[in-house]
Amino acid sequence: MDEPTILDAQELEINMGPQHPATHGVLRVKLKLDGERVLDADCVIGYLHRGVEKISENRTYTKCLPYYDRTDYIAAVSNALGYVLGVEKLMEIEVPERAVTVRIMMTEFNRIASHLLWLATHALDIGALTVFLYCFREREEILKLFENLFGARLTTHAFRIGGLWMDLPPGFEEAARKFIDEFPARVDEYEQLLTNNRIWIDRTKGIGVISGEEAIDYGLSGPPLRGSGVPYDLRRSRPYGGYDQYEFDVPVGLNGDTYDRYLIRMEEMRQSRRIIQQTLDRLPGGPIRGKVPRIIKPPVGEYYSGIEGPRGELGYYIVSDGSAFPFRVRIRPPTFINLQALKRLVKGHLVADVIAIIGTLDVVLGEIDR
Amino acid sequence: MIGFLRRILLIDIFKGLALTLRYTYSKVYTEQYPREKVKLAERYRGAPRLNNDPETGETLCISCDLCAEACPEDLIVVSSVRDPESRKKVLTEYTFDTSRCLFCGLCQEVCPTNAIELTQDFELATYDRKSMLWNRARLEKGWDRIEGHKVYHK
Ligand code: SF4
Ligand code: SF4
Repeated sequence: MDEPTILDAQELEINMGPQHPATHGVLRVKLKLDGERVLDADCVIGYLHRGVEKISENRTYTKCLPYYDRTDYIAAVSNALGYVLGVEKLMEIEVPERAVTVRIMMTEFNRIASHLLWLATHALDIGALTVFLYCFREREEILKLFENLFGARLTTHAFRIGGLWMDLPPGFEEAARKFIDEFPARVDEYEQLLTNNRIWIDRTKGIGVISGEEAIDYGLSGPPLRGSGVPYDLRRSRPYGGYDQYEFDVPVGLNGDTYDRYLIRMEEMRQSRRIIQQTLDRLPGGPIRGKVPRIIKPPVGEYYSGIEGPRGELGYYIVSDGSAFPFRVRIRPPTFINLQALKRLVKGHLVADVIAIIGTLDVVLGEIDR
Repeated sequence: MIGFLRRILLIDIFKGLALTLRYTYSKVYTEQYPREKVKLAERYRGAPRLNNDPETGETLCISCDLCAEACPEDLIVVSSVRDPESRKKVLTEYTFDTSRCLFCGLCQEVCPTNAIELTQDFELATYDRKSMLWNRARLEKGWDRIEGHKVYHK
């Protein structure tokens, strides 16, 4: 009998990543293949671990904040919101109405920016280059707004405990209004390119199907959960930071496949635009920062502050021992938990679909590894 | 039937192509960055600068050390001596390690005299680590006025 060669192999194990451009960062997936078909997949993470949770233990409450921009660097504004809401709850700080409204407006802008980046890269992975360029154009407009208000484009250090850093700059409202007036036409353009496109449908329909019950069992949240028909959105189910005063719909999917998750995110962008419209219409005047003690020392206690980030439930579990340093800040990153489902979703699909499924889960490795 | 026709005649693909064709003749959105200087927001947090009083030319810094206290990375070192006559602190040296800076802006937020300021310059790349440690002379000049730093745009 001859020596077994690679040609005889029934199963083949290959690495996808960590330097694979389609894994959106440094994710390494160990794929077990039978020909083109995926039998099993294992994720290896941790290449981007910086120990943000540990760093927080050695910083005061104010100084922790810039580090959370760097966990999910695409949705830095949402990250800041979750943390400041938690600290404010612990200390019972009253936030002025204007700051609350601006916060909601900016987090929704961030949701749009994040979904745009997702759409851009997801379409690029599947092979539609044009959408990528269009999405980045709109995202650039949002980043310019961030730059004008927060002073940075990506690592925004958006909010401060008790309110905002500075008030809206002159001309900001007009620029924001201009953006949201033009935006629906832009979303229609993306849909014109993709929604009915045969190639897009073939690449996404029936790929990575997960039922609602299973999605709950996996602890999924955000669009991957809603794509399976579970109408769970923290902005609606457990309103925080003033979201209960706004009107918006929570889109849900039917089939729980990649195509439905795509449709949901497109609809979410429109809904976010609706919320921004409402914030701009009601934007009250007044101070932007509440009464905050000079040294932030929450009383002994713990609080879980969960918000609906663009990728799902983003939580901060803050434990205070009464000192100026948090005893522990545990971050519940949505994509870390959504990524678990990858193993389940890719089974039986082709290698090319693995890319589509990683894309549809919208992973950000900075957040997974923290 | 209609669906079938759409599929056969590739209606949706052509719709998409029509859109891209329209953009071929529209205004170019891209900024030609290295050739054109980007206009950044007034609040942009970039290269640090230690401001002098525009009239007297003396430093605005009163060596209160608040910026060093506020910095999450502890990268600012303020050295001062006490003037025996006026009993005031006089700044002797101020170092700022740009390699570790988060550009979070907490230092400029706490400064009572607006001495330390993060400016709109962002081209901070250098060839070695040593030159990322900025001393007082360099901070007072500001990045845009330091000689020898490469000019990307005329
Ligand atoms: S910007 Fe932030 S990290 Fe940089 S020196 Fe100032 S306080 Fe420190
Ligand atoms: S906070 Fe301002 S005045 Fe005080 S030491 Fe720092 S730069 Fe100087």
